[in-house]
Amino acid sequence: MMRRSASKKAGQPNSTNSINFSPSDLFRTASSRASSKEMERIDNLFHSYANRSLGMIDPEGIETLCSDMEVDHTDVRILMLAWKMKAEKQGYFTLEEWRRGMKALRADTVSKLRKALPELEKEVKRPSNFEDFYSYSFCYCLTEEKQKSIDIESICQLLDLVLGSHFRAQVDYFIEYLKIQSDYKVINMDQWMGFFRFCNEISFPDFSSYNPDLAWPLILDNFVEWMQSKQT
Amino acid sequence: MTMNERKTIDLEQGWEFMQKGITKLKNILEGLPEPQFSSEDYMMLYTTIYNMYTQKPPHDYSQQLYDKYRESFEEYITSSVLPSLREKHDEFMLRELVKRWTNHKVMVRWLSRFFHYLNRYFIARRSLPPLNEVGLTCFRELVYQEVNAKVRDAVISLIDQEREAAYYSRKAANWIVDDSCPDYMLKAEECLKREKDRVSNYLHSSSEPKLLEKVQHELLSVWANRLLDKEHSGCHALLRDDKVEDLSRMFRLFSKIPRGLDPVSSTFKQHVTAEGTALVKLAEDAASTKKAEKRDVVGLQEQVFVRKVIELHDKYLAYMNDCFQNHTLFHKVLKEAFEAFCNKGVAGSSSAELLATFCDNILKKGGSEKLSDEAIEETLEKVVKLLAYISDKDLFAEFYRKKLARRLLFDKSANDDHERSILTKLKQQCGGQFTSKMEGMVTDLTLARENQTNFEEYLSNNRNANPGIDLTVTVLTTGFWPSYKSFDLNLPAEMIKCVEVFRDFYQTKTKHRKLTWMYSLGTCNLIGKFEPKTMELIVTTYQASALLLFNSSDRLSYSEIMIQLNLTDDDVVRLLHSLSCAKYKILNKEPNTKTISSTDQFEFNSKFTDKMRRIKIPLPPVDEKKKVIEDVDKDRRYAIDASIVRIMKSRKVLGHQQLVMECVEQLGRMFKPDFKVIKKRIEDLITRDYLERDKDNPNMFRYLA
Repeated sequence: MMRRSASKKAGQPNSTNSINFSPSDLFRTASSRASSKEMERIDNLFHSYANRSLGMIDPEGIETLCSDMEVDHTDVRILMLAWKMKAEKQGYFTLEEWRRGMKALRADTVSKLRKALPELEKEVKRPSNFEDFYSYSFCYCLTEEKQKSIDIESICQLLDLVLGSHFRAQVDYFIEYLKIQSDYKVINMDQWMGFFRFCNEISFPDFSSYNPDLAWPLILDNFVEWMQSKQT
Repeated sequence: MTMNERKTIDLEQGWEFMQKGITKLKNILEGLPEPQFSSEDYMMLYTTIYNMYTQKPPHDYSQQLYDKYRESFEEYITSSVLPSLREKHDEFMLRELVKRWTNHKVMVRWLSRFFHYLNRYFIARRSLPPLNEVGLTCFRELVYQEVNAKVRDAVISLIDQEREAAYYSRKAANWIVDDSCPDYMLKAEECLKREKDRVSNYLHSSSEPKLLEKVQHELLSVWANRLLDKEHSGCHALLRDDKVEDLSRMFRLFSKIPRGLDPVSSTFKQHVTAEGTALVKLAEDAASTKKAEKRDVVGLQEQVFVRKVIELHDKYLAYMNDCFQNHTLFHKVLKEAFEAFCNKGVAGSSSAELLATFCDNILKKGGSEKLSDEAIEETLEKVVKLLAYISDKDLFAEFYRKKLARRLLFDKSANDDHERSILTKLKQQCGGQFTSKMEGMVTDLTLARENQTNFEEYLSNNRNANPGIDLTVTVLTTGFWPSYKSFDLNLPAEMIKCVEVFRDFYQTKTKHRKLTWMYSLGTCNLIGKFEPKTMELIVTTYQASALLLFNSSDRLSYSEIMIQLNLTDDDVVRLLHSLSCAKYKILNKEPNTKTISSTDQFEFNSKFTDKMRRIKIPLPPVDEKKKVIEDVDKDRRYAIDASIVRIMKSRKVLGHQQLVMECVEQLGRMFKPDFKVIKKRIEDLITRDYLERDKDNPNMFRYLA
């Protein structure tokens, strides 16, 4: 490795320019050469999926990437990847975002990326990260400018995707409720986060600790009422 | 140190030392923080006396010591004991006396010990009373002499109280079984009066309250619940049977015992609530027998209901004065009782609507209430008082405003003074904001009359500005009047000219205002040339427009009429019904059924006649109820939003429950906001970036400037 990078680089390790040359310098330069090599590979990978005219990876590119990784593009791990990249626009990755994510995952090939997914999953599921991921997933779905809420249908899918494995029962019942109620046609961020808090704090299915006089979003008050009327 | 070398203690010196010991003793007796006498203290005091006694003359102070012994008691009694006894009375005085006597005995015992040597030789030699006796005699002469009369009185009073209590306890136990509540109360009152007289005659006046308290306790407190709950004669029954005198007695008696009025007021509240609720049920039952199509209309039963509620209110207001001495507790429960049932609607109409309709009936011409001016004023006053119990005051205001508009615009108001008078009363009760729009409406009419005069002047000055028919226009200020849906009615040509002429006139007065024509509110006098005789028909503009169509066509279908008039189905059905299926059949309908269908055909009824020359063909108004409720709900949403923003702007950060509470309080004068609605408004305001939820505490909100 070193030899190869050495042959490509202009500066030789024992160049006459650097008089006081120490072994650590030798190491550093070599590793920075290694990382810049890595960066090149990352960039090349980016360009192999990117849309030439846009300069970013578009939905088509992502789909290709997914099939290369043998992961369905609707899989939650892709959302996790977007989170890791801090991708702003749904369905698109910019070079910067790509670099960010790939570096953090220490992947510069598709196979390394695929191998990094289980670790990524674990990282996302850590309590310290999960809330951030949960809130990110909502924002990620706001595709229009100035959009603040998401329609019920999409919310149901998103809830299932993001929260389903954690709180199966609550998510299933809430999705059922969302579909039959007519008070709300869209869900906003406050309600989205409220539901997360609800799953974490309130015992299910008795709701004994739920108090509608507190500042829970109204839709949750109505949900609890609906559940309780079903149970009697 | 030998006896001879003893230093001589002079009297002053020695007494000073003794005084310290005596003071220490007094402190202990008074309960002040003072350590007990140690053996050393005692020895020193005893020895000091011994030494002073055994000294050689002129330093043998035996007589002086004996005197000073006595003086110590006198001084203490005079400066501390007597004053403390004098300031107490009765039982307290007795207790103090016992305490002081006990202390005194202790003091005698201790001082005797210090001065003991005197007892051994001096007293015997001079045949004087021993120290013990001296001490006790002081007490007798100074204390007993003074207080013994008071003591006797106090003791007798205590004995008496005990005896009375026992006596009444026995009596009461018998009476409660045998007597009805009113009878028992009469006896109780008698007893208390007798005791009062007796006490004032031969017991100290300070005994009176205590004695009466005891008697009251035995007669009333002990048996209160059983007495009040007596089935056929207790509080509930007295209220039922309107026994004003007995109730007054009950109030008088029970107001004297601690919390005695609580059960009485609570029974009163239950009773009033039940009476009111029964009225509601009565009205509901009567209304349920109404015909289906009249269901939404506030009818006679509802009028009767309001009347009866007013009567109920009058009755119990009288009770406030006659029975309950205007006590605040009773006023409070009366209010609560009325609030409980006054907010129940009847037959789908809210109480707000019922009250508004009631007022309308009093104030309009030909209303169902035929009353003298005075009676009207009185009734209006009473209705406004009832409004205080209604929580949806804003709903009342809107219904009232709608009906006021009808009265004003269709010249249905019976009396201008009454209209103004009730507005004044409403203003007093609910504030200026409540009545500002209504007052604006009344003023508008006055201005409109002026304006009309100007218009007529303009017409006479401008020959070419001729509407062709007599035209009166009433210009209204939009903000004051209820909102009406305005439709683009296709006016008949004659009326189009009128509108143009007036528009031109109005332009001369002001260029800054826009006129929107509300044809649905207009009236028209038509001349109908019927075969039997020509008649004058007073109709609405809509009806006139429909009738005028028949000047150019003999026969018209429903759809032709609708297209030509450019109105909705609802309006067309209503107006054709009024002209062909109601009392006066100006148009003949084919087929001659009782309802309008879209396939009907209409013809001018040339044979129509009536014994009058001039008739009014009413067009029943559209049901306003739904729109009123919608409008009020909308206004409430704005009001809640404004209130939340106002509160958050001043508090910056506030907890959810606190915010809700303050919001309810702020809006309480006009309506009771629903908690869920408030929550929804908060969420809406969050979406609109007025507020945000606190990051750390989801139950707190922050104002976003």
